[in-house]
Amino acid sequence: MTEISQRFVAKHVAGLPRSGIRDFFELVSSMDQVISLSIGEPDFVTPWNIREAAIYALERGRTSYTSNRGTPRLCRAISGYVENEFGISYHPENEVLVTVGVSEALDIALRALIDPGDKVMYHEPCYVSYHPSVVLAHGEPVPVATSAENGFALEPEALEAAWSPGCKILVLNFPTNPTGGVLDRERLERLAAFAVEKDLVVLSDEIYSELTFEGGHVSIASLPGMRERTVFLHGFSKAFAMTGFRIGYACGPPPLVESMMRVHQYSMLCAPILSQEAACEALLHGKDSVLRMKEQYQRRRDFIARRLNELGLSCHLPKGTFYCFPSVEGTGMTEQEFAVGLLKEEEVAVVPGTAFGAHGKGFVRCCFATSYELLLEAGNRMERYLEKIKKGNP
Amino acid sequence: MSSVLKLLKEGESLSTGQLGRILNMTDEEVERELEELKQKKILLGWRPVLHPEANGDENVRAVIEVKITPEREGGFNRLAERISGFDEVESCYLMSGGYDLLVFVRGSNLHDVAAFVSERLATMGGVLSTSTHFLLRSYKEQGFLLAERNSDPVKPRVTP
Ligand SMILES: Cc1ncc(COP(=O)(O)O)c(C=O)c1O
Repeated sequence: MTEISQRFVAKHVAGLPRSGIRDFFELVSSMDQVISLSIGEPDFVTPWNIREAAIYALERGRTSYTSNRGTPRLCRAISGYVENEFGISYHPENEVLVTVGVSEALDIALRALIDPGDKVMYHEPCYVSYHPSVVLAHGEPVPVATSAENGFALEPEALEAAWSPGCKILVLNFPTNPTGGVLDRERLERLAAFAVEKDLVVLSDEIYSELTFEGGHVSIASLPGMRERTVFLHGFSKAFAMTGFRIGYACGPPPLVESMMRVHQYSMLCAPILSQEAACEALLHGKDSVLRMKEQYQRRRDFIARRLNELGLSCHLPKGTFYCFPSVEGTGMTEQEFAVGLLKEEEVAVVPGTAFGAHGKGFVRCCFATSYELLLEAGNRMERYLEKIKKGNP
Repeated sequence: MSSVLKLLKEGESLSTGQLGRILNMTDEEVERELEELKQKKILLGWRPVLHPEANGDENVRAVIEVKITPEREGGFNRLAERISGFDEVESCYLMSGGYDLLVFVRGSNLHDVAAFVSERLATMGGVLSTSTHFLLRSYKEQGFLLAERNSDPVKPRVTP
């Protein structure tokens, strides 16, 4: 039966590889006592004032569609927030679009900007959606490798080397899921100059920007000459611990936002109103919670990065996000073997780096958004596992 | 703020050993820092936070609003300290507004608490009046929510 129905599936969809994350998910789901360092979201629940705002909205009967762009109140709040935090000013009426998470924002940006065959450059290892989203929008993915030696920053030289005629879009995600890499201003300026030189439009996914631990975050959209060619993508999932609310936004010059709006209005109509109400509360009164959570992530990061290095899994100190990306090459195993072995032997789940693209080879992603008790225990279990490997009987 | 204190304030109950592992300090260094916090009276001590109904035979609690006469020297302090001295008193605060002291007391039964108020507190020289409210049910204790929240089975263990 499946074979008969299979022929209906579009070729470019049938050709998409299965997500490595999903394979791993199925393996983990079959086990009981797993300590999971393989989630991509905060372990905190959404701060209460934000949840309460959603309840209040429901109580008042706010259950309708909203304007396609998002409620005017939220658009104004976003405009104010982005101006304060990133120093970029976007007009709330025609330069802001509220979306169902950065996921939707990225998808509609790609669909709005790609003509079939356009090339889209992005750095890898990267968020699992970039490659398939480009393919689904009939673009051609051009991954550019980043490496542990320079903290997984995108090297302008590497970008230049990967460039070829037909490249139209550059997707950036700093701080990066899964590596925790960030970009310093100097590199950012050179990337910006390159984007101008090659007339690239930049989609900048800055969803982890609030979780930058050192050095402060600079948005590429704030650099001279970049505003007109950048779509700034941001959301609430990570910093405000609001993954389940499914809410995010895009800001950019009117023609770009308008083009996304066309796709958005016919595919999504609008983001859920309750989430929009909660998002207003987050922007207006959520800053303290964000700072508190960030401080806690930072302490967890310091511990887990040190612990991984102690164990011989060499790991650069992630400057943002809640992920460590240690190398497992020293064990003589592939990232897949290591992760599956660790899961089966000691019931600790980490994600094989290749789930984030071929350039994640030799690494695993460990999320440290979890309690100290579990992090300590995970460290001990990894230590036992590594000892077993050394003795040659994992 | 001391790094040990910051970590403790996150609210996970961690042993000295665990604190040390997380902060890259030896057990002795952690102990020393805790000792210093105690010396400086920043850290007053340790108490377990119990479910109010699990508090053995001391599970009647009341808050008492107390009006007192301030004194020429020391204002409210002498009386407040005197009231605070009783074992039944868990906490005692000077308040603005309609009364002066707010006193939290705990006893094994209603009678105990009533006796404390009528025999000890109300009879004290300088105490003008008391108004006692019994606590009926607790919803949050020292930051811990008491309503059962089942840990979230819908949350997947691997996400992108
Ligand atoms: C880099 C990156 N972009 C986008 C997303 C999706 O975010 P949202 O929940 O806003 O759709 C994630 C979530 O893991 C992410 O890591």
